[in-house]
Amino acid sequence: MNYSARNPALSLKLEGWRSRLLLVLVCLGFVALAARAAYLQGIRHDFLQQKGEARYSRVIELPANRGIVFDRHGEALAISTPMESVWASPPDAILSGTQLGKLAKILRVEKSEISERLGDKARGFVYLKRQVSPDLAAAVTALNLPGVFLRREYKRYYPAGEVMAHVLGFTGIDDTGQEGLEFAYQDSLAGLPGAKRVIKDRAGHIVEDVESIRLPQDGKPLTLSIDSKIQYLAYRELRDAVKANRAKAGSIVVLDVRTGEVVALASLPDYNPNNRAGVKPAQTRNRPVVDMFEPGSTLKPFTIAAALEAGKITPSTIISTAPGSLKIGGRTIHDAHPQGAITVAQVIQKSSNVGSAKIALSLPAEAMWDMFNDVGFGALPHSGLPGESTGKLRPFKTWRPIEQATMSYGHGISVSLLQLARAYVAFASGGEIRPITMLKSEAAIEGERIISERTARAITDMLEMAVQPGGTAPKAQVSGYRVAGKTGTAHKQIGGRYAPDVYVSSFVGFAPVSAPRFVIAVMIDEPSAGQYYGGTVAAPVFSKVMGDALRSQGVVPDAPLKEWSDPMFSAPEVKEEA
Amino acid sequence: MITRINLVLLILLVACALSVVTSQHRARKTFMELVRQQDIADAHEVEFDRLRLEQRTWAMHSRIEKVARINLKMQAPEATRIRILNFPSRP
Repeated sequence: MNYSARNPALSLKLEGWRSRLLLVLVCLGFVALAARAAYLQGIRHDFLQQKGEARYSRVIELPANRGIVFDRHGEALAISTPMESVWASPPDAILSGTQLGKLAKILRVEKSEISERLGDKARGFVYLKRQVSPDLAAAVTALNLPGVFLRREYKRYYPAGEVMAHVLGFTGIDDTGQEGLEFAYQDSLAGLPGAKRVIKDRAGHIVEDVESIRLPQDGKPLTLSIDSKIQYLAYRELRDAVKANRAKAGSIVVLDVRTGEVVALASLPDYNPNNRAGVKPAQTRNRPVVDMFEPGSTLKPFTIAAALEAGKITPSTIISTAPGSLKIGGRTIHDAHPQGAITVAQVIQKSSNVGSAKIALSLPAEAMWDMFNDVGFGALPHSGLPGESTGKLRPFKTWRPIEQATMSYGHGISVSLLQLARAYVAFASGGEIRPITMLKSEAAIEGERIISERTARAITDMLEMAVQPGGTAPKAQVSGYRVAGKTGTAHKQIGGRYAPDVYVSSFVGFAPVSAPRFVIAVMIDEPSAGQYYGGTVAAPVFSKVMGDALRSQGVVPDAPLKEWSDPMFSAPEVKEEA
Repeated sequence: MITRINLVLLILLVACALSVVTSQHRARKTFMELVRQQDIADAHEVEFDRLRLEQRTWAMHSRIEKVARINLKMQAPEATRIRILNFPSRP
């Protein structure tokens, strides 16, 4: 029985604990394995599963379509079309010389530029060319290059080009609004991108669509109050006038009197929003909204309205403007064409500075300030366009008498053209002022009464006289319609002083007088072709745009139709004070 | 007895496992079909937008004016040659 007795080799007596230790160690090994397996399969399962899936499954973003911008008649003004951007993953993109050459030719990029971009192996993503047309993108796909991919992006197109440039603004390369309404309504236009899970192979091609995580939500369309036809007319006439007068800039605003909607709004110099290479800030500035200027005589009607409301005067009150100058606190106000004793109505018709200064000085500063404030000077017009200017209206407590006098004819106060147009709605609508909007209004917007109907009527009569022979702007007349309006010719301030030969010419008016439909405000900045009176430079623009706009809307005429050769249109205008 | 129950459960288990696989496969196939249809819809929408853009470009006011004035030699009528007809306003 005793082996060791027979075989001396086995006679070695091993100690029993050694085999037991081995058994325990082997068992411990199994336990460790089981524990590890349980840990991986049980506790770490989700994490590892996720890591495994991450090797082949990807979540890709589904871009949302940016909303279309329409005009009030449903004509598209801004549309996004898909473009493909070609990008590459440098570590995967190992291209032969011929492949590189073909790619460079399709993309019209230098071969060296592509190889340079692909040389940066540390990066996982480089653009080779952004926003190429779908046809070119298809050609790139056909090359079937490793590590070169397409990415859908959207490019915004503006079919109206320059005509609508300042209203719409534009989007950047990432499809976010940068200017104009594209910027102002970025959130509602943009939409929400969606996502889906896909399985990709090693080269990055999509093998299978697995599931949808989130559907993309397209941006909401925007319907503007702009009428493309009137906008085009306004733009064309403004462009021609700026060119003919060799002016530095120009702006025009057309408002619907009944709703406060902005029907047209144009600014020059302009730019092409579809190709913005080399565009300067001066071109993208939306002048009627952003720029403020000293309006000059276009402000006189508000002074007169304040005096009429206060009961200080009636339209037939006689004001003595002789001898054509007025000394206030050491400074003198001039009328270049002294009028003598004239009625209040004639102060507007002939645009007398001395007359309006005398009327202003008969009023407390507060009454004038209230009027300016009520019609919206010194406050944001809240049109919805970005970068609105508040203008400059100083508190009445700081006014000196000379300032009150000059402010009565629009010096020492600054407004934007949009504010000025909106203020004239008060006269056109019979005393009510409305909030203005760039969006098509479904319901009539409630107006706020700021002057009595009687005052509004009286001012309208005076403004109608101003555009008739004997007034400052016979060229503002429109055949077939009664027109009311006021010219403005102001010296421009340069370096804190009024420059003697640099002017801002403007005209604001409305028609038809029997039931006003549109207010149009025109401003021509630094006309330098010899003419600078508002009645000569700005009034003809008003006349053409107003006539075409009213006819295009089928507004019933309230005056006889006349030939352009009629003496009514060629009556010499009274030169107003600058 | 116990063996028989186990056998039935085993068959059930295999059947369930297979049905999970098939339904997952079907879901994927349906989803792929959905994606394909969405791509078609997408392409149609893109085409529609492109046509809309083209239409707007052809219908640009400046182009129409140019064609009317230069190619067709049209002109706006003199103010006196315009007659405005008043119809009773529509309800």
